[in-house]
Amino acid sequence: MSEIKTDAFLDLRGVMCPINFVKTKLKLETMGEGEVLELVIDDGEPIQNVPKSIKEEGHKIVEVKKEKEGFFRLKIQKG
Amino acid sequence: MADRFIEDKSTKVAVNLEGMGEKVDFNDLKSGGFIKQRQKDLFVVRLRCPGGRLSTKKLVEIAKIADKYSKKGVVHFSFRQSLEILYVDYKEFNNIVAELEKIGQKVASCGPRVRVPTACGGCEYNPNGLTDTQKMAEMVDQKFFGTPTPHKFKTSFSGCPIDCARTKEMDFGFQGVVEPVWDEPLCTGCTICAQACKEDAIVSDPDSGKPIFDPNKCIFCGDCIRACPTESWKAKRYGHTVRIGGKHGRHPMEAVEVCQFLPDEKVAEAIQKTVEWYNANGKRGERIGNTLKRVGLKAYLDYMEPVFKSGSHPSFKAPGK
Ligand code: HEM
Ligand code: HEM
Ligand code: SF4
Ligand code: SF4
Ligand code: SF4
Repeated sequence: MSEIKTDAFLDLRGVMCPINFVKTKLKLETMGEGEVLELVIDDGEPIQNVPKSIKEEGHKIVEVKKEKEGFFRLKIQKG
Repeated sequence: MADRFIEDKSTKVAVNLEGMGEKVDFNDLKSGGFIKQRQKDLFVVRLRCPGGRLSTKKLVEIAKIADKYSKKGVVHFSFRQSLEILYVDYKEFNNIVAELEKIGQKVASCGPRVRVPTACGGCEYNPNGLTDTQKMAEMVDQKFFGTPTPHKFKTSFSGCPIDCARTKEMDFGFQGVVEPVWDEPLCTGCTICAQACKEDAIVSDPDSGKPIFDPNKCIFCGDCIRACPTESWKAKRYGHTVRIGGKHGRHPMEAVEVCQFLPDEKVAEAIQKTVEWYNANGKRGERIGNTLKRVGLKAYLDYMEPVFKSGSHPSFKAPGK
């Protein structure tokens, strides 16, 4: 389950809304359809907002892992 | 002739328009939209902009007219989203109304009647929006603008429980809501929904990560639905929380909820019947909130039952399934 192959990685800890989403978006734009981006974001506002926006732009969140230290690891497949 | 006067109730000044020649649509003037300024002879001309929305083409034309008629070259966005052209000489009412008419721009109203509805962006372009507030505002403006009532009657539409259009302060307000339902088999236990819910209505099961839903805390905002990566949270139905009897001013009152999840297609009927009730029960100069206090909410709710039964009781709690 956790072994979804990733093609790119972005650590957005400490990056605020909506810059974190814009960075995610820019990264996804450099990628091919179906490729997977691994994203690390903080809990709180970022995890409340970034997944919604990713979905709205037509990408698919294929994996979510909550890490103990107060952040989330998402895998996003470019739509 | 009575309809040749523009009454400004705050100062009891009547402006005589007799002998000004040309045709003015006095129906427009009667319903107000011309507001006397402190300055001699000068008035504010308030435009009718339901939901605060204007096409850019119209805005360009309005700008030209405002530039021509405002002695000071200024406009103001009113607190209820309508554009006001300031410093207009009353002797030019005929001309400015005619020019506005030509571009399809109507003048707004004041006094005891249904006012121009206000609305936020709603679901057309606001990410939080659950209802098409702009479409509703336009509908209400078309159907009810200017309808006489015992006192002013203000409506507004907010697209979601953030309530930017302040439905809690309106005579009659409509706020978008969505009922969330959880489809367990699709859930991967990722815990995002518990993070997304700002009301603590969802906590994650410590073992499975799956949501545990508290109906008493849910305010129907839909954040869980938007955040869930697997479509496990879904929308069961959309509608409006209906609020009545709010106002601000010197003696603000908070509106009370009278219906939950009223569907779009029942909004017009709800306003129609509420205005009927208000006209039958309200005293002159009494806002509907005070009428309700005097007559009792129950009488109103009984009257509205045929409409409000299309929604749910105001105390409705989402089962979450
Ligand atoms: C010709 C007469 C009147 C004119 C032209 C007029 C004009 C206005 C305007 C322009 C606003 C603000 C609307 C906005 O921001 O879009 C307003 C608000 C208001 N006016 Fe008047 N008004 C008139 C008479 C009255 C009278 C007689 C009363 C009360 C007895 C009254 C009570 C209010 C109240 C309570 C509000 C704010 C209401 C709310 O937002 O709930 N007005 N009026
Ligand atoms: C030329 C006349 C008037 C003008 C231009 C005017 C303008 C305004 C404006 C701009 C507001 C804020 C509106 C809003 O937030 O939506 C307001 C509020 C208010 N005005 Fe006036 N007003 C007028 C006459 C009156 C009169 C005559 C009264 C009372 C006898 C009155 C009572 C109020 C009250 C109580 C509010 C706050 C009301 C509420 O929300 O219930 N106004 N007015
Ligand atoms: S009420 Fe909701 S939909 Fe309307 S502008 Fe505010 S956040 Fe957006
Ligand atoms: S709809 Fe209810 S459960 Fe879902 S995020 Fe909003 S308040 Fe929380
Ligand atoms: S966000 Fe969706 S998939 Fe994740 S725990 Fe909540 S319901 Fe399950």
